[in-house]
Amino acid sequence: MKILVPVKRVVDYNVKVRVKKDETDVELDNVKMSMNPFDEIAVEEALRLKEKGVASEIIAVSIGLPEVQETIRNALAMGADSGIFVNCTSKLEPLSVAKILTSIGNKIKPDLVIMGKQAIDDDMNATGQMLSAMLNWGQATFASKLEIQDKKIKVGREIDGGIENIEVNLPAIVTTDLRLNEPRYASLPNIMKAKRKPIDEIKVEDLKIDIEPKLEILKVEEPKSREAGIMVKSVDEMIEKLKNEAKVI
Amino acid sequence: MKTLVVVDHNNNKLEKSTLNTIKAALKLENVDLLVLSDSCKDICNELIHIKNINNIFTNENDAFKNQLAEDSANFIAENFKDYTNILFSNTSNGKNIAPRLAGLLDTMIIPDVIEIVDKQTFKRPIYAGNAIATCKSKNKINIITIRSTAFEEAEIGNENVGKIQEIGSLTTNNQTKYLNSELTKSERPELTSADIVVSGGRGLGSAENFQILEKLADKLGAAMGASRAAVDAGYVPNDWQVGQTGKIVAPNLYIAVGISGAIQHLAGMKDSKVIIGINKDEEAPIFSISDYGLAEDLFKAVPEMESKLN
Ligand SMILES: Cc1cc2nc3c(=O)[nH]c(=O)nc-3n(C[C@H](O)[C@H](O)[C@H](O)COP(=O)(O)OP(=O)(O)OC[C@H]3O[C@@H](n4cnc5c(N)ncnc54)[C@H](O)[C@@H]3O)c2cc1C
Repeated sequence: MKILVPVKRVVDYNVKVRVKKDETDVELDNVKMSMNPFDEIAVEEALRLKEKGVASEIIAVSIGLPEVQETIRNALAMGADSGIFVNCTSKLEPLSVAKILTSIGNKIKPDLVIMGKQAIDDDMNATGQMLSAMLNWGQATFASKLEIQDKKIKVGREIDGGIENIEVNLPAIVTTDLRLNEPRYASLPNIMKAKRKPIDEIKVEDLKIDIEPKLEILKVEEPKSREAGIMVKSVDEMIEKLKNEAKVI
Repeated sequence: MKTLVVVDHNNNKLEKSTLNTIKAALKLENVDLLVLSDSCKDICNELIHIKNINNIFTNENDAFKNQLAEDSANFIAENFKDYTNILFSNTSNGKNIAPRLAGLLDTMIIPDVIEIVDKQTFKRPIYAGNAIATCKSKNKINIITIRSTAFEEAEIGNENVGKIQEIGSLTTNNQTKYLNSELTKSERPELTSADIVVSGGRGLGSAENFQILEKLADKLGAAMGASRAAVDAGYVPNDWQVGQTGKIVAPNLYIAVGISGAIQHLAGMKDSKVIIGINKDEEAPIFSISDYGLAEDLFKAVPEMESKLN
């Protein structure tokens, strides 16, 4: 069984991002970048399926500037077998990413795609579902448990009221939630080994896909800031403030 | 221009966030509602007096009971592709179905909208709410999910909506099957629409210790929430998680106890009207957004607060 894992390079989750002065974007110069945390969870889940003998091959794919090859190398260092780098210099929306992944999916024919439920930069929560629609495969979003039986996959999904269990025929798309697993760190020997693993390069132009963005970003601004609060000295004072000043209890 | 709101519900009752989504939709034009369920009647009865709605469309089918994205998205794509706007609430259902529908209709989804500036311009938070992007859409069809805490509820009047009409037919998918659910039972108000939320973090230390917080919540008639750390540690169920990747809440009062205040947590609650933080570390970042902060051990402060409220 072949698993495709799309990985995205994003601003590290520990960075407090700031809006640029000209309000065109957030400040991305000299900011630490990492693999999207949900994608790490996706790579980890694929590795576990391989270690269980269910999967035989794991391919990591990333789309963007040459830097995204670092993110592919991270996935290879964690244990993925090979990478695909789609070289693309324009800004991409989930719709375009899903189209590019559809094209790759049609070519390499994975049995399963595992990917993050959202990227922590644009917080879109969309690519997996769009890809499922385009490939006309079943989808299991927000997965916190996953089990493969024959040609089916059983998934526990985190929903608003608790957990929902569904069964999807393969090939299928799974998007990962936080509690699916805890991703491993790449060991030094594996980081060295990853340097020799193959990464295929594709030029986005060669795929002949319309990647023109449909949402034009007019402005990126700071959110409304809250007025500074105060520290109270006791529970009595807290209750007094809540009752008489804030009037919320 | 026609606008459709896909109603979120649990087959018996309306999901309250639908009312916020309808309010948002009314900033656009010609609003119709769509109810897909195995039993539409009770839900329609809840919708029938909402002001300024044109029609309610329904399709009653056993397959809709479990609201699989494959079925709902296919049905909507087939029957409503002449609409200009299709809106969903940003609930786990909306987040599951709406992007699949956008994929089918080859349009870029506009998720988690907090403001409709004009008919093609929308504001949405990015980077865990640390920035707000204004996007102008070049889509022919806008598929939008609405952050319910950013909009009021639609008003209920006395007059009935235009008509209630069964529409279309569903060819059920053979890819995905619903098995069962493990729902968290609770007598408390629903987290995303509660007036008061009491939320606990890793500082609580165990599932048992959460009971002191639950006592406080019950005294206040509040919903319970939690940080990711508390959920990951298994102290509380996953559907209590508030934050960038959990639920978004904006109650009148948010009480954060033993929560440090990571950006991912703040993303889910910083639009609350009044925030109080209780944390033994006076440097904890939660205090920087608290209206009232109390630097004290929670095991002393919370029971004291609970006993002094009446
Ligand atoms: C991709 C990603 C997504 C995430 N999404 C979310 C999300 O949606 N929601 C979320 O909450 N987090 C999320 N996180 C996690 C987030 O980064 C933090 O790790 C988490 O919020 C920390 O939870 P906490 O505040 O309970 O724990 P900690 O940061 O460990 O804080 C515990 C606090 O309790 C205090 N404390 C301890 N004992 C006591 C006591 N006796 N009395 C009083 N105070 C005490 C401590 O001083 C400390 O401030 C996400 C992280 C990632 C990487």
